[in-house]
Amino acid sequence: MNAHDNNELRELLTRSIAPMNDTELRRDLWPQMLQRLEQQHSIRVPWFDWTLAAIAAAAVILFPEVIPALLYHL
Amino acid sequence: MDLLERFAAGDLEAFEVLFRQHQQHVYGWIVRIVRDSGIAEDLTVETFWRIYRSRARFDPTGNFGAWACRIATNAALDHLRKSRRETELPLDLAADPRPDPAVQRETRYHIRKAFAKLPAKYRLVATLALVEDEPHDRIADAAGISVSLVKVRLFRAVRMLRKQLSSPGVQGAKP
Repeated sequence: MNAHDNNELRELLTRSIAPMNDTELRRDLWPQMLQRLEQQHSIRVPWFDWTLAAIAAAAVILFPEVIPALLYHL
Repeated sequence: MDLLERFAAGDLEAFEVLFRQHQQHVYGWIVRIVRDSGIAEDLTVETFWRIYRSRARFDPTGNFGAWACRIATNAALDHLRKSRRETELPLDLAADPRPDPAVQRETRYHIRKAFAKLPAKYRLVATLALVEDEPHDRIADAAGISVSLVKVRLFRAVRMLRKQLSSPGVQGAKP
């Protein structure tokens, strides 16, 4: 396969698949970006929150007597 | 503190400024790879989402545009991988509004089909190098690979295209 073959294939390709001439962005995408950020922030729970919740749940199951203390601190 | 330092520290206003400065460039790069304006818009947002998530790893003395372009290329590549089995080249933007009469309709169909069958990483390089005429070093930077690897992938892509176009039943599409 030589440069001539490559050029031949390139020519055939560009005749079949046109290069993108129109690459202009027609609208501002910031509102979509903001929506994406808000969505992710609203559903995202940090790992340490999950850890605390797991510890609290385990404590309640294993030592039911801590329930009043937990309720007091809530 | 300059804009990039503020961005790296998680300042949303700094991110917005960078978004507005670079969205056109990122979109323009992605649309040339995926060749569909709607998908390119979604992938632009996805790219900036990845950028925002990775802000702590960004070196504020570095080149934000080049970093964004690399992330955009990865996002586009992920899309090509996912969509490879489902879709061929979208017909809206990729279609030549004035088809070359020298290349027959059936031939164009076979070429586009063969192109769509390329593995994503080869299709990426072939699209940018052969169709969009991008220099190899720019493709290498954007894809995070060496220029030699770009050449290797291009060589393999061309070989695969030739093989598919030479197969029986694809008469007239032989390059």
